[in-house]
Amino acid sequence: MTTITQFATLPERADTQCGLVVVAMSGGVDSSTVAALLQQQGRAVVGLTMQLWNQRRLPELQGDGPAQHRCCSLDDVYDAKAVAQHLNFPHYVVNFEEQFEARVVRPFVDQYLSGRTPVACTNCNTDVKFEPLLRMARQIGAERLATGHYARIRRNDDTGRWELLRARDETKDQSYFLWGLSQEQLSRSDFPLGELTKEEVRALARRVNLPVAEKPESMELCFVPTGNYVQFIHAYSRERGIPLHHGEGEIVNENGDAIGRHNGVHNFTIGQRKGLGFAAGKPLYVLSIDPQKNRVVVGEDEVLRKTICEVEGVNWISCEKPSAPLRAFAKIRHKHEPAPVTIEPLDATSARVTFDTPQRAITPGQAAVFYDGDIVLGGGWIR
Amino acid sequence: MNRVYLDFNATTPVEPEVLDAMLPYFSAEFGNAASIHTPGQRARAAAETAREQVAALIGARPQEIVFTSGGTESDNHAIFGIASLSLTSSTSPTSRPHIIATAIEHEAVLNACQALEKERASVTYLPTDREGQIDLEDLRRAIRPETVLITIMHANNELGTVQPLEEIGRIAKEADVYFHTDAVQSAGKIPIDVNALGVDLLSISGHKLYAPKGIGALYVRGGTRLRQLLYGGHHQRGFRPGTENVAGIVGFGKAAEIARKSLAEDARRESALRDKLQQGLLERVPQSRVNGGAAPRTPNTTNLIFPGVEGEALLIALDLKGLACSTGAACSSGAVEPSHVLTAIGLPPEEARASLRFSLGRHTASADIEFALSVVPAAVAQLRELSPTYRKMAEAR
Repeated sequence: MTTITQFATLPERADTQCGLVVVAMSGGVDSSTVAALLQQQGRAVVGLTMQLWNQRRLPELQGDGPAQHRCCSLDDVYDAKAVAQHLNFPHYVVNFEEQFEARVVRPFVDQYLSGRTPVACTNCNTDVKFEPLLRMARQIGAERLATGHYARIRRNDDTGRWELLRARDETKDQSYFLWGLSQEQLSRSDFPLGELTKEEVRALARRVNLPVAEKPESMELCFVPTGNYVQFIHAYSRERGIPLHHGEGEIVNENGDAIGRHNGVHNFTIGQRKGLGFAAGKPLYVLSIDPQKNRVVVGEDEVLRKTICEVEGVNWISCEKPSAPLRAFAKIRHKHEPAPVTIEPLDATSARVTFDTPQRAITPGQAAVFYDGDIVLGGGWIR
Repeated sequence: MNRVYLDFNATTPVEPEVLDAMLPYFSAEFGNAASIHTPGQRARAAAETAREQVAALIGARPQEIVFTSGGTESDNHAIFGIASLSLTSSTSPTSRPHIIATAIEHEAVLNACQALEKERASVTYLPTDREGQIDLEDLRRAIRPETVLITIMHANNELGTVQPLEEIGRIAKEADVYFHTDAVQSAGKIPIDVNALGVDLLSISGHKLYAPKGIGALYVRGGTRLRQLLYGGHHQRGFRPGTENVAGIVGFGKAAEIARKSLAEDARRESALRDKLQQGLLERVPQSRVNGGAAPRTPNTTNLIFPGVEGEALLIALDLKGLACSTGAACSSGAVEPSHVLTAIGLPPEEARASLRFSLGRHTASADIEFALSVVPAAVAQLRELSPTYRKMAEAR
């Protein structure tokens, strides 16, 4: 299939909508290509680039590394501007530093400090991109917000609900990070890359000579430029005066016997093997983290496998909260192979998830996202 | 698209007459003003004429004018020039020079002061009242034996409010402390006489008064002891070396001359239009208020709060409709930062964020004001409809 025909198969409603559309532009190839695509469809485009985090704020994290793969680095802003200039549409940088810190960075640090392993990108999508940014898009007169996410949105005419679907390109699918979106948010959002592969996106970017066509992808969390979370948590906590009250503590086995020391529970995540700091006869893994007792519990791989977890903050997308146990597939981390489950709603916002077969390292703070084929049914935070 | 520009405090267009005066000095009259030969002498003559024109605008003598690259350099030259004399003085190695500024200075002054604080200097930032005015008693009390400089802006860039420089000048003189003012936003808008104001140092910028960007001046009263910032050749008496930007200087001179002649007429016309805009917005936008409206102001500026609105979103919405205005100060990425000025005059963050500045210029026409009055109220209403803050405010009423 050529790139051209791919464009003909974009979600239909994107073609039929007219009026102003805001593109959330990071300065990367994906969101830049979204702008180009929408413009080709004859839409009036305005680019907004969010300033989320001041890179100079934690200077101790700056290091000597190159600055180009950091979020909100000026280079990325200039890249977004260069794309807007190239395609000739208005572009603005908007300041969401306050919201980003309150809704993403601070919770991220707090979660780690309480022994959980958070998913910052989901908070950013639910509480920043598709909340204040979408609102700003509408305030400046746009009907919709388009982003470079690899996922699909469609309206189910039978149920009247907006559905979230996995991207056609499974290797790029980002639906795991989008389960928190409400019907209202989905109804005003466009993911034009959902039908495309990364290669097709790059091909289009090259064809319209986008200045970012060859820009490498960013892999790290945007506000942790070094990729070193522990270092970030230390620096941020110091700056904000958050006490790292749980310093050193014990590493214990399942029976509670101390078998080593750790340097702070935030250094650990469930299932982790490396960095336990002591030699053992058999490979040991982090089984659980107990911030109250300031303990890290370790054990063998076998013990890491569990079949049941509870989720909270549940959001149902393609259906109302089911009244009976529901069969589906669940992903418990971004790179997890969806596994068959039974979901029993407990109350309005929590549910019990029972896997058919034991899953390794079900990690509190990560999300369990429920799928029916390509359709995202909903999701929740693992307790 | 019809575009209306109401952001003349950010920058102004080069006047056609100014451009005409400059053009020969890019190519035909290209001489280096420091050269001995005839082409050099012609450039020198043009630069010296401009120096007289700029001096005349502020009641100074030509030899007291130093051309710089703009307001930021002028501010830095004045502040570092005075402070570093004390910092490097071998006679008083333990002295900690003290500077008095205000909380609402431009970043060029504030950040220069903050840089000096990282050395041995200490700085007092005088607070202002809700109208952006300092209390002269605060100033008197702040003066110490080791105070070396008072730097207080003439007109504020965001509010347009004007400080009582004459009184400040008298206080500085009594205390025998050097007095610098950043007059970037007042020059060409309100009369300036360096002797009447009692200033020793005064910064002005070309592009705020219809000259090009990249040229400015520092007035240095004869006899003022000031260390130079840059070292190089003998240009401008060696005090500000670097080959002179002759075309820019000529343009600046011409613009200063035009400003001097048309200042009274411009002020009369612009303030009438500004008042019409301000009054019209107050009437058409419920709950809107003026920031700094009770203080003496430059004739072209008004700053309004539209409660319940994100100024940043309003700015973008208006730009998309063809109206250019401003909110706070832009940072290096172009995003809007919370205004330190509006915070300093006592606005809570949500009101500081809900404020917008309109600044008029020599060529602002009545139709431009009509246009603003037609688009702003509708844009504010549209934003408020989608604003959770405004909804909360409405419920509280």
